[in-house]
Amino acid sequence: MAKKPQDFESPQQTTKPIVPHADVERATVDAVNKSEYRSLYAAQKKIHPKRAKGTFRTIKWWVMIVTLGIYYLSPWIRWDRGPEIPDQAILVDITNSRFYFFFIEIWPQEVYYITGLLILAAIALFLVTSTAGRIWCGYTCPQTVWVDLFLVVERFVEGERNARIKLDNAPWSWSKLAKRTTKHIIWLVISVLTGGAWVFYMNDAPTLMAELIAFDAPLTTYFWIALLTFTTYILGGFAREQVCTYMCPWPRIQGVMMDNDTLSVMYKEDRGEPRAPHKKGDSWEDRGDCVQCRQCVVVCPMGIDIRDGLQLECIQCSLCIDACDEVMEKIGRPKGLIAYDSLANFDRRANNEPEKIQIIRPRTLFYTLLIIIVGGGIFYGLMNRADLEVNILRDRNPLFVQLSSGDIRNGYTIKILNKSHDIRRFSLSISGLPHYKMNVVGIQETTAEGLPVIEVGRDRLRSVKIYLTVPREDLTSDSINFTITAKDLGSDSISENITSFKGPKT
Amino acid sequence: MSNEPEYDEITDTYTTGHEWDGVKELDTPMPRWWLWTLYATIIWAVGYWIAMPAWPLVNDYTKGVLGYSQRDVVAAQLNEAKEARKIYSEKLLSADLETIKNDQDLLEFSMASGKAVFGDNCAGCHGSGASGAKGYPNLNDDDWLWGGSLDEIHETITVGIRGVHDDTRISDMPAFLTDEFLDEGQIKDVAAYVTSLSDTSVAAPSGSFEIYQENCAACHSEDATGNKDFGAPNLADSIWLFGDDQQSLISTISYSRKGVMPSWAGRLDPATIKALAVYIHTLGGGE
Repeated sequence: MAKKPQDFESPQQTTKPIVPHADVERATVDAVNKSEYRSLYAAQKKIHPKRAKGTFRTIKWWVMIVTLGIYYLSPWIRWDRGPEIPDQAILVDITNSRFYFFFIEIWPQEVYYITGLLILAAIALFLVTSTAGRIWCGYTCPQTVWVDLFLVVERFVEGERNARIKLDNAPWSWSKLAKRTTKHIIWLVISVLTGGAWVFYMNDAPTLMAELIAFDAPLTTYFWIALLTFTTYILGGFAREQVCTYMCPWPRIQGVMMDNDTLSVMYKEDRGEPRAPHKKGDSWEDRGDCVQCRQCVVVCPMGIDIRDGLQLECIQCSLCIDACDEVMEKIGRPKGLIAYDSLANFDRRANNEPEKIQIIRPRTLFYTLLIIIVGGGIFYGLMNRADLEVNILRDRNPLFVQLSSGDIRNGYTIKILNKSHDIRRFSLSISGLPHYKMNVVGIQETTAEGLPVIEVGRDRLRSVKIYLTVPREDLTSDSINFTITAKDLGSDSISENITSFKGPKT
Repeated sequence: MSNEPEYDEITDTYTTGHEWDGVKELDTPMPRWWLWTLYATIIWAVGYWIAMPAWPLVNDYTKGVLGYSQRDVVAAQLNEAKEARKIYSEKLLSADLETIKNDQDLLEFSMASGKAVFGDNCAGCHGSGASGAKGYPNLNDDDWLWGGSLDEIHETITVGIRGVHDDTRISDMPAFLTDEFLDEGQIKDVAAYVTSLSDTSVAAPSGSFEIYQENCAACHSEDATGNKDFGAPNLADSIWLFGDDQQSLISTISYSRKGVMPSWAGRLDPATIKALAVYIHTLGGGE
């Protein structure tokens, strides 16, 4: 640990007796980087947060219930999409390469919707951060929620803060062993459930549940459960605040989204200082409202002191607000010594101006505008998502084939993507090509006009090979552009695709 | 820039003495567990050397106690793929060719697997796009020496042409010059005659019709449309396997041509040959 400057400049006297050598000048100095003065590594200091009571704790309980509820239960929500299509509301179907989210279905080539969704989530995070600071970190981040859940277990088994500290310092006994074992077993059960819930997003939940119970599920499933069990147990039970301080890049990034008007959990030092213990009946003149009870420190899951000001480690969970408000109420002072406040309000109070919460600012307006643009774009895209896509691939090897009659034949692969959940039938017609003959491999059915009919299954891609033959004398050029039209016989909607017919140089 | 470390009051930490544009670096200690993860990775690495193939030796490498080998994994995956294809292979085996062509699943499977098999076995002579080369027939067009129906294609692949199979397709065109059936002048005339059948710019010399009827019509038929029973090519169309110039034709008539195709029975399993036949049939020229 680093020492104070006085230690640095006048190091300890050595206790060794001075060997008499009168002609050698001696100094009492140590190397500045001597091991006693500093360590390259800091040990994690165990934090035992006390449970807070109040508005924000209540909000956090509800956020915890909702977020955990979403995580554990949403794979079990059913959503009927018709026959042969999975009926799971949220499903990442890796085997069939589809992503289902309620009414949304995405094919792999439409992954830009997910990109858009991630961009939208990022901008929403920017907006929230610039408005009210680390809301994400303090309330909804999985790390925060699961640590909170693990703390519930810890408190339930080992008791409140003081009991836990006492247990930590106590020598090993049967009762300590029993408490520790119980705690870790419950943590592990939660971890297994966490990993277990994850795999349901990738598979049909009821089917997988039956397989898991029968030990009949694929090995990769067990691997994912084991991996997430391990990370949940380590990150929630042990790493805790270390994740936020050392592993997560987000605390370092979000500083750039904040300004003087951003609301943050802050200690109003102009009101609290000078701090000092206070006896009942003493005067509140010439002193601050902070009574040095340190309740804000003991409830802090990050183990920090909010009175040191805005700091990297603070995840802004607001529990210190609850703790301080409780104390203020007891001693009869106004609440809000620690509160959501902005740096600008510090200045306003210093200048005797009224406090103001300035949410509408150029920065927040800009983020809102971006959200509207990106969100609108995605929404428009999803609402107008074509459920039919036709791709024409012209054979390049060989470019064309000369038949024995001298006629020229070209081959095409037509890929029809039917993204709807109905079986659809399409007729193929050609326009812009003189005297052609069309042959579709493996298709016998035709319409009354003689056009080939191709049936494409629900949510399926079908590719068919077609051959077009044109008499040599009709080829006016070595490349003729023409149109292949696929017409949905059910809805009469059409997809026109321009391609070319190649022949020898004329 | 490196200066003396300074004490920073706010964080109660010294700086490293490094400074960039006024920004100083705090000498914050690393978390201890960070060091543990480093040790853990070292232990993992040592374990990995023991468990997995790792160190190169002079002629070999350390195999690792788990016996893992990527080659084995690939072999196992290929076997798995084969197993997965088995349902199709079995269906192909029991179905006749016409059924395969009319069944969407079997047709798609045959077209895909046939293409792969063609690339591995046939493309060497017929080209990857099956358009052939001089002496190697184009399989995309509608001109077939031995017939272009599904069954005929299947038979040709199975027994080959002038191959070693007992039932191989065989035909022997005489070498009209070396065998002294025709003299050089007659050969030149008959070559011009067969060219004139598809190329109107070439005139048939007088007497060439009679030479053709006496010497060639038996196999190539009177109207020169060929005979697939003998593998005798159609001479009336504009497709020439060995070149459409007079010199190539004269050479063919004078010295004969004997293209060879291996028989694939025994080299490819029957289901694969069926898939291949269907694939070739769907290349566009199938009859």
